[in-house]
Amino acid sequence: MTDAYFNEMYDNGNLRTPYRMLESWYQNMPAEFRAGKQAEAEDLFRRYGITFAVYGEGGDPDRLIPFDMFPRVFTAAEWRRLERGIKQRARALNAFLSDVYERGEIIRAGRIPADLVYRNDAYEIAVAGFRPPLGVFSHIVGIDLVRTGADQFYVLEDNCRTPSGVSYMLENREVMMRMFPHLFQENRVAPVDGYARLLKRTLASVAPEKCDRAPNVVLLTPGHFNSAYYEHSFLADLMGIELVEGQDLFVEGDFCWMRTTEGPKKVDVIYRRIDDAFLDPLCFRPDSALGVPGLMNVYRSGGVTICSAPGAGVADDKAIYTYVPEMVRFYLGEEPLLQNVPTWQCARSDDLKYVQEHLSELVVKEVHGSGGYGMLVGPKSDRATIEAFSARLAENPSNYIAQPTLALSTCPTFVEAGIAPRHVDLRPYCLVGRDVDLVPGALTRVALTEGSLVVNSSQGGGVKDTWVIAEE
Amino acid sequence: MILTVLHKTRYDFETPVAGIIQSQRLTPARCDGQRVIDWQVEVPGAVMGQVFRDGAGDYIQTVSLRKPATHIEVTVSGTVETTDTSGVLRGHRERVPPRAYMRATPRTKPNRAIAELVAEALDAHAAAPALERAHMLAAAVAQALPYRPGATHAHTTAAEAMNEGAGVCQDHTHVLIACAHLADLPARYVAGYLNATDDGSPHEASHAWAELFIDGLGWVGFDASNKCCPNEHYIRLGSGLDAQDAAPIRGLVLGGATEALDVTVVIEAQQQ
Repeated sequence: MTDAYFNEMYDNGNLRTPYRMLESWYQNMPAEFRAGKQAEAEDLFRRYGITFAVYGEGGDPDRLIPFDMFPRVFTAAEWRRLERGIKQRARALNAFLSDVYERGEIIRAGRIPADLVYRNDAYEIAVAGFRPPLGVFSHIVGIDLVRTGADQFYVLEDNCRTPSGVSYMLENREVMMRMFPHLFQENRVAPVDGYARLLKRTLASVAPEKCDRAPNVVLLTPGHFNSAYYEHSFLADLMGIELVEGQDLFVEGDFCWMRTTEGPKKVDVIYRRIDDAFLDPLCFRPDSALGVPGLMNVYRSGGVTICSAPGAGVADDKAIYTYVPEMVRFYLGEEPLLQNVPTWQCARSDDLKYVQEHLSELVVKEVHGSGGYGMLVGPKSDRATIEAFSARLAENPSNYIAQPTLALSTCPTFVEAGIAPRHVDLRPYCLVGRDVDLVPGALTRVALTEGSLVVNSSQGGGVKDTWVIAEE
Repeated sequence: MILTVLHKTRYDFETPVAGIIQSQRLTPARCDGQRVIDWQVEVPGAVMGQVFRDGAGDYIQTVSLRKPATHIEVTVSGTVETTDTSGVLRGHRERVPPRAYMRATPRTKPNRAIAELVAEALDAHAAAPALERAHMLAAAVAQALPYRPGATHAHTTAAEAMNEGAGVCQDHTHVLIACAHLADLPARYVAGYLNATDDGSPHEASHAWAELFIDGLGWVGFDASNKCCPNEHYIRLGSGLDAQDAAPIRGLVLGGATEALDVTVVIEAQQQ
C-alpha cells in the first residue's frame, strides 16, 4: 500500500537518506528529556522575543508560534534543484516588473492580458517609466512551495513585496544548535547565518548612482505595534544598520535624511517594511503618518532606493501568478524548473462554471487575500459552508481563484505519543541585487493538527528548522 | 495666444508651524499647443528640489521649509504661448499605459445615477465611434450637473455630486471620468489654468477638465463645465486619477495648526 501523502522521512515505510541520522536521535530520546528540551526551546524563543505572527496573518502578536524540534531535511542534491528553480523564478519576476513599468513587451507580445496588469490595483502609476537601480524591483522574493513527491514541488504563491518570517529561519537554527550541538557535529548542515550579510550586500548593491561612498542603508518599520516589529529590529541589528520609523526621516531638496544626534545624515537605501500605500502621504494615502512625506519624489529623481520598489506587488498578485511560467519562458528563454499549481481564474466564465461544480474538491482563495482567511477548503467543508461560499463566489467571481487540493508532503513532528507525520510547506528567501543569492535554508511551516493542510500560524501552524545536508 | 499667469497661494497659520513640505505640479506640460516663454515658481525661504518629469509627463518639484513659520506663500508666474489643438494632447512624452487609467478612486467611483446617465447617453449609439461617444458623455454630464459654485466642496465624490445635481469643474471632471470608465474609455483628471473669457460662460481660472483616451487619436481633453474641448485659452499642468492625485500642490504642514488659505489666480491674454 502506498501512502496518500509523500512522507519526507519514511517513503512507504523506507527511511530516506536525508533523515538517516535522525532516526536514532529521536528513538533514543527519553520522553522526559524531550519535554525538558521543548520547554527549553520555548524559553529561548521567549527570551529572544520572537512572538510575532507571520505578517498579514493576524492573530495574537504576543503568542509564541509553536516550534517543532524535529528538523526538516533536504540533501544538497535536492536543494541544488530547488535553488535553480527559485533563482530562475526570482529573476523572471523581476524581469516582468521592469518590463511592465517600461515597455510592456510581454503584453505587446500577447502573452499576458494588458488589463490584468495595468488595471491591477498593485500596478503603481506613480512609477511607470521609472527604472530602479539595476532594474531590480523585488530584492527579497519569498516563494511559497509545497512538495507532493520525491521530485515534485509546486509554487503556491510568490511574495515580491516584503515577505516576512526569515527571522524564524535564523532563530530556529540558533535554538537547535544551542539545544542539540551534537546533532550539528554528526550532520554536515549547511549554515544559514550568512543571510544577514548577503541581505546587506544586496541592499547596498542597489544604492542610487548619485551615492558616491559606502551607502547608508536603513530599515524602515511601521513601529513596535506592528506584528513583525521583532523581525525588523532583529534584522537591522544583524546587519548593523539603523532601524528607523517615518518620523526619524525627512525629505529636503533631492535627498532623504535621517535625524541623528550629530545632525542630518543622508540615507541611500531604505529597506522598508511598510506597504506602498503608507510610504508617502504626498503621493499615496494622505492620512498616512507612517511614511516620509516627499519620499517618492526623492526616489523617482534617483536620490534614494526603496526596497522592495514601490509597485513590486503587481508581480505577486494571485491573478498574475498563473503567468509566471510564461514569464520564465518569455524573459529567460528557459523552461520553468518549478511548477505552478493548476489554477482556475473565476473571472473567466468557463473556469467559474467548473469551480462552482467542483467546490467540494477545490481550494478557493481570494485574489488579494492572505493568511488563509476568506478561503474555502472544499474537502474539509460541510455542505452549508460550501453553499454559503458559493453564493459569495457568484456575487464577485473575479475576486477568486481556485486550485486542486494538493497532497502536501509530511515530515515527522513531535506529538504526545512520539512522532507523527504532519503536513509542511516551505518558504525560501531569494535575494536579488547585483547578484541573485539564496542561503541553503528556508522557513518550514507545519500544520500541527493531525490531517490539517493549513500551515498558517494563525490557524494552528508551527515552524521547524530546515536543513540542507552535505553529501558524503 | 499669449497667456500670462499669476497664481498666488498663501497659507497663514494661527500659531507658528514647525515647517511645511509640498510636492508641486505647477509647471506647464510640454506638449503641442502650449510653449512656455517664461515661468517661475517662488516660495520665499524654502528649499526647492530639482524639477523632474514623472511617468505621466508631469513636472514635479519638492519644496520644503524646515523652520518655524507663520505663513508660506507660493507664487507662480509666467507666460505661455498657446494654440488650439481641438483638445487633442500631442507631442506629450509619457510612459503610463492608458489602460492604467481605467481604475476608479473613491472620488470617481460610479453609482447607479452615473450608470443611468451613461446608458441614456449611449444606449442608442452603441456603434458610434469612440470620439463621438466621448462627446456625448461630456454633453450628458454638462446637462446633468449645472454649474453651481458652493453646491459641492473639495472632497465631494462623483456619486455625491450626482445626487446633488450640480457642481463645479472638479465635480464635472470626476463624473465624466466615472462615465468614461463605464463606457470602457480610459479617463483622467487634468489640472490647469483657464483664461477667463467675456462670453458669459462659467469659468474658473484655476481649472480642471478630463482627458479621455481615444484609440487612434490618443488623449483628448473634454471640459464639461464649459461644454467644449480645451483650446488656446487653456494651460495644462498635469494629470492624475482624480483631483487629489492631480493636485498642483500636495502638501503637509508639520506640527499642524489651523490654516487660512488664500488663493488668487489671474490669467490674462496679451493683446496682439
